[in-house]
Amino acid sequence: MAWEFLTVYWREMIRFVRFRTQLFASLLQPALWMAFFGVAMSSNFNRFTSAIPPPPGVFSVDYLTFMAAGVIAMTTLFTSLFGGISLLFDKNWGLMREMLASPMPRTHIMMGVSLSGMTKSFIQVSIIMAFGLLLGVRFFPGFSPVQIAVSVIGIYAFVGVFSLGFLLFSSTISMRLETPEGLQGIITLLTLPIFFVSNALYPIQAFPPILQALSIYNPLTHLVSGIRYFALGSDFFAVGARYTYTTADVLGSFAYLVAFATVMYFLARRTFQRAVVT
Amino acid sequence: MGGDDIIEVRGLEHVFDGFTAVRGISFTVRKGEIFSFLGPNGAGKSTTINILITLLPLQKGTVRVAGHDVAQEPGRVRESIGIVFQEDVLDRDLTVWETMEFHGRLYSIPRDERRRRIDDLLRVVELDPKRNERTKNLSGGMKRRLQIARGLMTRPKVLFLDEPTQGLDPQTRMRMWEYIRQVNKTGTTIFLTTHYMEEADMLSDRISIIDDGRIIVSGTPDALKNTLGEDVVYLETEDDGKARETLRGVEEVRSIKESPRGLSITISTDGSHCLPRIVERVRGAGIGISSVNLKKPTMDDVFVHYTGRELRDTTG
Repeated sequence: MAWEFLTVYWREMIRFVRFRTQLFASLLQPALWMAFFGVAMSSNFNRFTSAIPPPPGVFSVDYLTFMAAGVIAMTTLFTSLFGGISLLFDKNWGLMREMLASPMPRTHIMMGVSLSGMTKSFIQVSIIMAFGLLLGVRFFPGFSPVQIAVSVIGIYAFVGVFSLGFLLFSSTISMRLETPEGLQGIITLLTLPIFFVSNALYPIQAFPPILQALSIYNPLTHLVSGIRYFALGSDFFAVGARYTYTTADVLGSFAYLVAFATVMYFLARRTFQRAVVT
Repeated sequence: MGGDDIIEVRGLEHVFDGFTAVRGISFTVRKGEIFSFLGPNGAGKSTTINILITLLPLQKGTVRVAGHDVAQEPGRVRESIGIVFQEDVLDRDLTVWETMEFHGRLYSIPRDERRRRIDDLLRVVELDPKRNERTKNLSGGMKRRLQIARGLMTRPKVLFLDEPTQGLDPQTRMRMWEYIRQVNKTGTTIFLTTHYMEEADMLSDRISIIDDGRIIVSGTPDALKNTLGEDVVYLETEDDGKARETLRGVEEVRSIKESPRGLSITISTDGSHCLPRIVERVRGAGIGISSVNLKKPTMDDVFVHYTGRELRDTTG
């Protein structure tokens, strides 16, 4: 069994801890979203939506709790899309050549980088959940400790697969590009539609049909659905809409993300095997 | 080709987007020697080295390194070689020790063996006291030494050095040459590229001069210089005209030129043997000599001879 990808992973994590500004920014950014956007929006949304009463017997979720799942998803998306940038630096500083000229299989480079990006997402998600509790996010309502444990594992599973998909995508782009600016441009172009044409901040039920159709194919929508299912349960009411998830829905979303990550894996593998860096 | 050749290159050609960087070169490197590629920047040295170390795909020709074909078994080639890249290829934020550890793990050297080699090599290149220093804080010479230590970590059969002393100060360069010789003494074959003539001259067992994608001439440094057969004696005398007359008829003297700074006498054989006779003859004619100078051809002269250009001019 070849474990060299752990070597790349090890180096990536050293870099993560050592670039202090990057470390603090990546940990602080989601907290700031929760603290400012979350609190500001929830005070408004709660006012609007209090006019719509939840159907009898359905558990009602406040906006801050509703969007916390969206912030987890958003942070994972941003971190993962940027995750490949370290490959771009490796390429520009010539460090990629050391790896490419070694006997280590090339897929290990992208897997090492991607797994470290996944780890960073797990750390961020943990911070958001802990910080959210302080701000008044009510995840896991009425759950038993065992249910909470299962839910946390479920959330990490969704976050893990989703981030892996986008990290591999980001690695592919980084290997094909020459400059960090190029990557920056592509990421900016992608994040807006992915983030806003999703259920991260608001229900998609009220979208125009085209956006609604698009949002169904958006991996972010499936990530958010998965997180909400595990954090809030299979039947709740939020922002004027009722959410029900069947087990099949959730498995379907997970399968969609697995399929997405698999496609991205093969794309990245092809790119790495053909890459010529001198 | 004998069994002692560790690198065999035949008919190697490489084209980048219509630009031919390497135009059908063939050469061999013998086990245990220091072999240099000498040529100006842009001559095709780096392209060749990149194909040999499997970073560039082989387009045309055959290349075998350490007994393996680079196109058929790139993995086996990679396991057999060490590389010191042209620029500093170091992660600025890793420490010296981490740089070595990372490399050893890339090559799957078992932990205990890896740690032992790191300790040994850091001592050899005198970086042991710096093991916990981040590489960005090292001097230029230290960075180079670290990269040589890294290149040696896998006990390579061939160590590739791409312009190993570029940008280093003269003292540091001399130290690097010592390290390279030391490494070679332990049995490692060295393939180096350089555009410094004295570097190729001082270090190499054999040199190939490469220009414009072609190998122009190959041989030992002495053989290359001797093929020119043009040692020059510079003589300053009381009466250059008279001295010139006296030297007419000396068999080895090919030509004599007068210049404001004395006579320059081109000798057809080894100048050091001919010099005493020239001096005796001029003195015997009662002409005082104020200075004598013997100039052997340099690699620069060899380069000029074969390309019609000065190497220094082309490197900028």
